Amino acid sequence: MAKPKVATASLAGCFGCHMSVLDIDDRILKLVELVEFNKSPINDIKKFTDRCAVGLIEGGCCNEENVRVLQDFRKNCDVLISVGECAIMGGIPAMRNTIPLKECLDEAYLNGPTVYNPAKKIPADKEIPLLLNRVYACHEVVKMDYHLPGCPPPADTIWEALVALLTGKPLKLSYELIKYD
Amino acid sequence: MSAKLQADIKEICSRHGNDATRMMDIVREAQLKLGCVPGEAMELIAAATGTKRVEVESVVTFYAFLSKKPKGRMVVRVCNDIVDRLQGFDEVAAAFKKELGVGFGETTADGLFSLEQTPCIGMCDQAPAALINDEVVTSLSPDAVKKLVADLKKNPDPKTLAHRYGDGANASELVHSMVNNNIRQKGEVIFAEMAPGAALKKAVAMTPAEVIREVKTARLRGRGGAGFPTGMKWEFTRKAAGEKRYVLCNADEGEPGTFKDRVLLTECPDLLLEGMAVAGYAIGAQLGIIYLRAEYAYLRRYLESVIEKRKAANLLGKSILGKAGFDFDVRIQMGAGAYVCGEETALISSCEGLRGDPKNRPPFPAEKGFMAAPTSVNNVETLCAAARVMERGAGWFAGIGSQGSPGTKLLSVSGDCKRPGVYEVPFGTTMADFLKLCGAEDAAAVQVGGPSGQMIGSADFGRKVCYDDLATGGSVIVFNPKRDVIEVARAFNEFFCEESCGYCTPCRSGNQLLRERLEKIAAGKGEPSDLDYLTGLCRTMKVASRCGLGQTAGNPVASTIKNFRAAYEKKLKPAADGLQPAFDLAAAVSTASEIAGRPSVHAD
Amino acid sequence: MSATFTFTIDGKEIKGQPGQTIMEAAEAAGVYIPRLCYSKDLRPHGSCRVCTCMVNGRPQAACTQPAAEGMVVENNTDELQAIRRDLVEMLFVEGNHFCPFCEKSGNCELQAMAYRLGITAPKFPYLWPDRSVDASHPEVFIDRNRCILCGRCVNASKDADGKNVFQFVGRGEHKRVAVNAEANLADTDLKGTDRAVAVCPVGAILVKHKGYATPVGRRSYDQKPIGSEIESKRK
Repeated sequence: MAKPKVATASLAGCFGCHMSVLDIDDRILKLVELVEFNKSPINDIKKFTDRCAVGLIEGGCCNEENVRVLQDFRKNCDVLISVGECAIMGGIPAMRNTIPLKECLDEAYLNGPTVYNPAKKIPADKEIPLLLNRVYACHEVVKMDYHLPGCPPPADTIWEALVALLTGKPLKLSYELIKYD
Repeated sequence: MSAKLQADIKEICSRHGNDATRMMDIVREAQLKLGCVPGEAMELIAAATGTKRVEVESVVTFYAFLSKKPKGRMVVRVCNDIVDRLQGFDEVAAAFKKELGVGFGETTADGLFSLEQTPCIGMCDQAPAALINDEVVTSLSPDAVKKLVADLKKNPDPKTLAHRYGDGANASELVHSMVNNNIRQKGEVIFAEMAPGAALKKAVAMTPAEVIREVKTARLRGRGGAGFPTGMKWEFTRKAAGEKRYVLCNADEGEPGTFKDRVLLTECPDLLLEGMAVAGYAIGAQLGIIYLRAEYAYLRRYLESVIEKRKAANLLGKSILGKAGFDFDVRIQMGAGAYVCGEETALISSCEGLRGDPKNRPPFPAEKGFMAAPTSVNNVETLCAAARVMERGAGWFAGIGSQGSPGTKLLSVSGDCKRPGVYEVPFGTTMADFLKLCGAEDAAAVQVGGPSGQMIGSADFGRKVCYDDLATGGSVIVFNPKRDVIEVARAFNEFFCEESCGYCTPCRSGNQLLRERLEKIAAGKGEPSDLDYLTGLCRTMKVASRCGLGQTAGNPVASTIKNFRAAYEKKLKPAADGLQPAFDLAAAVSTASEIAGRPSVHAD
Repeated sequence: MSATFTFTIDGKEIKGQPGQTIMEAAEAAGVYIPRLCYSKDLRPHGSCRVCTCMVNGRPQAACTQPAAEGMVVENNTDELQAIRRDLVEMLFVEGNHFCPFCEKSGNCELQAMAYRLGITAPKFPYLWPDRSVDASHPEVFIDRNRCILCGRCVNASKDADGKNVFQFVGRGEHKRVAVNAEANLADTDLKGTDRAVAVCPVGAILVKHKGYATPVGRRSYDQKPIGSEIESKRK
């Protein structure tokens, strides 16, 4: 029987949640026995090659590319999981959510005290994805099936969640594993 | 700090005995004098009344008619309630904006006008309407707006606006208002004649306990909406420990679509004051306070004159009707624009010079109310009915109306009907009969009891207006089949968002969350699961909110979902492919697209 | 003192003293009723509504409702827990709560209540209100993004400190905590040692220069749920 496939992505995140996946230590060997990684920065597969049982999303959506990637995950994964505070509520990037986008960009590229920008232009190259008006939690963009809180979620949380899902058991986190920091 | 400001504030405060519990009067007068209550004035008021600046600020920022920032000499407040919206609010608002050259929330450069919106001002039967300072202008049209703005620019005194006066006492010298009573049906309890003092004479011939027994025997219940037995309330108040006792008349009707108390205050002030004196006698109070909503300020001088007349006639004051020891006086406490103050404990807070936050219960007002003394808070109509019970007797009263709901009820009707206005009907009247009476045979939906009541459809028109069935404080708003019930629910939700005091979580936050989801549905992005979401949210608000406002704030949504589910379902569709329909990528990148000067590569 | 009386919470018999609220009697008996705005030694505020219980079938706030002989109180029911989750989620989405970098994280009562109720993500949308920070005071700052309008600072400043530094202004969704000055906390007579500062259940009013003092794992709610200190007294 083919191993279930898992995909991961880091949207507007810091890769800390991916680090936490690696933090499961030697259990990663068992994980590799259990699953096969598809699209993920862990193996650098850029495109889905097959339908996945589980998708792990780190980070919220701060730009149009994040949205496209997340929608792509929703299409290709049976179960989609928000991993970490940024995916769940926007996290640190969402600190800009109470400030209009124009003001943010002006401060970052034009008016900030340490800005050196003789051209007085806000970068607009077409290779740079357009920012969204605010940072969105993943579940505001697509339906998410589970949320693993934490910054990052402890390795044990991720481990327990994956094992539960892959073995068809209900996902119930114990008190120690629900933490927002 | 200018010497004039100091002198003005000092004068205002000292006239109110430098008493912090008279804060409402102090800040209202400061607002009138200065056009706002700025920080310096708060500082001075705090110093004069022995309180803190932030305490004054907490009051000023609570009430819609008070402000920290300067307002124009004339503040135009256009009523934006649902009935006004159905009858031309948009056109009237546009006309005001055009003629004044400012938008809502703005003041003209010459400082003459501020333009604002306000929830129901109690003129739904003559909508669209607006307030200009204390003056009411009704039945507005764009042409009328053009003319009245031109008049006010020539002569900046709103008091000169009314060129024709309304009916009845609206035309009297002290009112001089264009407001109409529109009394469509008179009954024998409220709108019958009574010689001043007739009820009081009967009362003083009995002991206070006998008066209470009479009201209990009549099974009179509160007419404001909650329906608490009046005699029992008086008895609790009388029996509670305390040296002073108070009668508070709730004349803060702010429920959209309710205007029957306005008509009572205009046409039956004697009956009301008679009822207050009877209540004062029954519970042993020496002071009664009429809490008059700011929107009805145009009635204040008139009501004060009636109070004075009754004092002269020994129907108020010392030893009323020669009864030694029966001293009872009445004063008016003005509100300042806060619907929640119609909630009895919020009303008490406001009378005490505080923010209009409801209080924790227990203790109930009957035990510890105004100034921590036993207090009976009664609706205008209840007190009028109590006077009639005294005059005609409990047996007579109990013979009117239906089994569990003796007497009559005033209904104020507006919306899609031929004859909007006030009707006195016996309890037990069916909605269908009533709709015939007011010329609303084609009604598709009726909001009974205002936003905090329920929206019913034709399946429920056979139900009866009474406490055990269709309970109502008096508001009946009729909607014809062309109206969109979801838009109505949205308008009511907006009202509660504006008027929530913000004290407790479920009401403060719940109303905002209802608004978000209703907007989503109205925008065509709703999903079937949204109905369960909304119903659950309404349930949490109902169970967990601290006062009646919050507990009922979800009703417009809950009752339209219950009774008009099909109207919602028409707008809902299941989400495709696990996407969130409310997320709109094109809208989300529009600002960035504009800044970058190029379109999105991902948005459709 | 007049005689004690008995009533029940979730079927368990509780002894009450005259004058006690349901909250106080429950706590004395080792029964935890979830709460946020309530703080011992302060007047009950009754605003968060998290302590809502069914009392003889009607909803009442346990912090303000006097206990009485024969009362039947429901506390730990599925329906009430669901309502409490709603309330806590409302407080999260109507403010801007960034737990990952908040100095109060691990000791925050709002966060701890969410942990206890097993909330992983709110079902309500984030509202992202524009709220202000006041860092003008040398010892204390206010971050209104984190404020849950519980009223503890208002009451403590008035009743315990005798200062009236804080009061609510505005109404509805615009309600917020203001200070007794034109604008800045620095212009008030607040001291870092005031009770009003210590009572804040969240990270909205904090003493400066003291953040992150306790290592993760040893903070108040890292290991044990909020309320377990009360439940451990249960006989």
